[in-house]
Amino acid sequence: MRAITVTVNGQPRTLEIDPDTPLLWAIRDTLGLTGTKFGCGIAQCGACTVHVNGRAERSCIMPVSSVEGATVTTIEGLAGGGALTPVQQAWLDLQVPQCGYCQSGMIMAVSSLLAEKPHPTDEDIDAAITNICRCGTFARVRRAIHGLTSSEGGA
Amino acid sequence: MGKWTRRAFIGTGALAGGGLVLGVTGAIFAPSRHSVRSDDAEATGELNTWILVTPDNIVTVLVPHCEMGQGAQTALAMMAAEEMDADWNRVRFKEAPALDAYANAYIGRAFLSVPGPLERGFDYGTYRLARMAGLQLTGGSLSVRTTGQYGMRVAGAAAREMLVAAAAEQFDVRASECTVANSRVTHTASGRSASFGELAKAATRQKVPSRPALKHPDTYQLRRTSRPRLDLRSKVDGSAIYGIDYTMPGMLHAAVEIAPVFGGKLVSVDTAPAEKMPGVKRVVRLEDAVAVVADTYWQSRQALAALTPQFDDAGHGAVSSQTIFEAFDAAIGEAPAMPSGAAATITADYRVPFLPHATMEPMACTTRVVGDRAEVWAGTQDPLNARATAAKALNISAGHVQYTNLALGGGFGRKLPSYLDFVGMSARIAKEMSPAPVKMIWSRETDMQHGYYRPAAMARFAGALDAAGAPLAITCLYAGGGDGESTFMPYAIADKKATARDAKHHVRTGPWRSVLNSQHGFFKEAFIDEMAHAAKKDPFEFRRDLMGDHPRFKAVLERVAGMAGWGAPVPRGDGRGIAITECFGSIVGQVAHVSVSPDGVLKVNTVYAAVDCGDVVNLDTATAQVEGGIMFGLAAAWMGAITINEGKVVESNFHDYRTLTLVDAPAIQVGFVRSDAHLGGLGEPAVPPVAAAVTNAIFAATGIRVRSLPIKDAPLKVSA
Repeated sequence: MRAITVTVNGQPRTLEIDPDTPLLWAIRDTLGLTGTKFGCGIAQCGACTVHVNGRAERSCIMPVSSVEGATVTTIEGLAGGGALTPVQQAWLDLQVPQCGYCQSGMIMAVSSLLAEKPHPTDEDIDAAITNICRCGTFARVRRAIHGLTSSEGGA
Repeated sequence: MGKWTRRAFIGTGALAGGGLVLGVTGAIFAPSRHSVRSDDAEATGELNTWILVTPDNIVTVLVPHCEMGQGAQTALAMMAAEEMDADWNRVRFKEAPALDAYANAYIGRAFLSVPGPLERGFDYGTYRLARMAGLQLTGGSLSVRTTGQYGMRVAGAAAREMLVAAAAEQFDVRASECTVANSRVTHTASGRSASFGELAKAATRQKVPSRPALKHPDTYQLRRTSRPRLDLRSKVDGSAIYGIDYTMPGMLHAAVEIAPVFGGKLVSVDTAPAEKMPGVKRVVRLEDAVAVVADTYWQSRQALAALTPQFDDAGHGAVSSQTIFEAFDAAIGEAPAMPSGAAATITADYRVPFLPHATMEPMACTTRVVGDRAEVWAGTQDPLNARATAAKALNISAGHVQYTNLALGGGFGRKLPSYLDFVGMSARIAKEMSPAPVKMIWSRETDMQHGYYRPAAMARFAGALDAAGAPLAITCLYAGGGDGESTFMPYAIADKKATARDAKHHVRTGPWRSVLNSQHGFFKEAFIDEMAHAAKKDPFEFRRDLMGDHPRFKAVLERVAGMAGWGAPVPRGDGRGIAITECFGSIVGQVAHVSVSPDGVLKVNTVYAAVDCGDVVNLDTATAQVEGGIMFGLAAAWMGAITINEGKVVESNFHDYRTLTLVDAPAIQVGFVRSDAHLGGLGEPAVPPVAAAVTNAIFAATGIRVRSLPIKDAPLKVSA
């Protein structure tokens, strides 16, 4: 156990934790933020996706020691103060989620993609969004991404 | 410890002591089923069992079904609100708690004529209505077509009549002179009006009508439209609480390792290596598993990994997928004989593997045992059965277990009654740690290897054609499960038979989205395609011309062919395939348009689906269920296989159990064909046709007939 300091959703947090603990479990069990989900534990499914210094990362295989001093954003901190980001709003507008379990990770992955590439091609989308959804929301995920990129009009 | 009561639930939405527990009174299917109320309904705003109206002019619909992505909670609220003429913006729902008062009697309606899909949940052979009172299940694509159709509609109409009666008394006019719109009752002649909220108290004093008048569908204003699901906001901002998310002060965490061979028992384990690891509280030996309980889940996993428990194989160590299919083959025997006068006969064998549900949320359950009472939290498809499962594991009465159902991260049948092994396991672990609450989470590996799998199955077909290419006979011998619904073919063929020849094995099996239709939908709709090609006929026209006795099937088939542009030329390497099945009361026809590259790489471009489910309630969620069913079925057909070796499951996680991701997901177009049939289900019926539609399309594109799933294991490269 040792103290690890990390900024989570804008708040500096110091965790007394085994430094090998995956970031996922630090977020869920130590910080009590359950919006980030456990799906596979081997970085295959993407349910645990969070932003580390603004980039999408799969938190289930990332030791918490590796984010010391970093900025971590979870689904709870994506928008501020009860608002929704355009990606979250698009998810509501197109009624993307079914069970919703994978959607935190899906939304975090898409948000990161669009921050890097505001106008991704379908190939970009296919390469970046490899999250597993068992309910099969993929057609709406793609439509939502396209809707976001066309309405932003080059912004 | 708190205890669920109807009063406590309705009054506060939170745990509270005391109050009145209502049982189901009267005959279960009597129209008065919805009339059960608390003794202080006036205070709670209960107009009847399922509908509350409060002075803030909010209508709350209590929904006795879980939410696992299917949107049924919103649809059921719509069905009640439609009959009430309520303002949809002032309608909410709450999931009804695990109380006998909310046992789902209505679902029995579906089984009076359609037994089969959930037979392990309750015994049709000795079908007894009383038994239904112990169930609150969500499955069988039942919610809208039973609870909605026979429960929520009637409850909504009854509530409307009570509100009108209260208004008529207040206005001193006849009820028949009042109209209702947007949660407001108006006396047209005088112009006097009052909102539902203003009338709520007086309405609760009215008698609950047992046979209220129902709306004619032509007057629906809310149903058949698309309404956003009322629970989705919490599923885009991370605030939804799933079973795995439950937490409470002092909670410990458990990781488990279960005997890898089904039926195996724990022989021995040296607990010392785990006991000295950080945070570990105890190593718990169960009959068939070992659990490590620690302060955090990660600590419990790490300590579990330090153990080398020894399990026996219950005598199944030599069983493999190969031996299981060899047994199927032997049980089926020779291909059925065909009529001697046939001009042509064809035979073919089809095989499908075991499949996991692989819900995104692995099995998870939190239990706290205090003396002879317990509290349990999880996400399951049957709260009452979850309660009973925990009670049985703890050897206490169900009335001493308070079960709270949370959101499900997928269900697909894995969390149906009698498949809640994880709830029982959680209770057994928590009993050892009493009074501390313990959250048990299965790793993905445990989840993947300890499912209740879609049964592997094999079918051996024979078909005969006359000289003109008309089918004379089609016979299917199969092993691995099936029933009259799943083997039904809507084609006018004089000699049509499907016969089960079973060969038992030890692998755990259970209902998997669309149940036995998932196997037979593929078998029968792929083989009929073979018959069409043998007859040198177009597969769409061949089917259509045999559907004279089944106009609903024919209308769906024609609709989907039209949507897909059936018959129009396609580029070289492309192909279209068609398939149609009926499942849980809904007929779904699909056309898949695929491309196969010269190297044999498959791409599924588009799947078109036409659906006759009678009528739709929430058009957008109905569409979403068809989309999701297609993706779920396609993932399985293309990539899914659970393999057995040495009696246990080989695959362990999503690296070796591949499933669909965005790159492989097709575009989907859905159309609904309205009919006067009873409402059909929607959660499952889109699954069965897709495997056949895609393999039929692959045949059209390449001439290669895929008869064994998954498709990924079939070489699709056309030799030059």
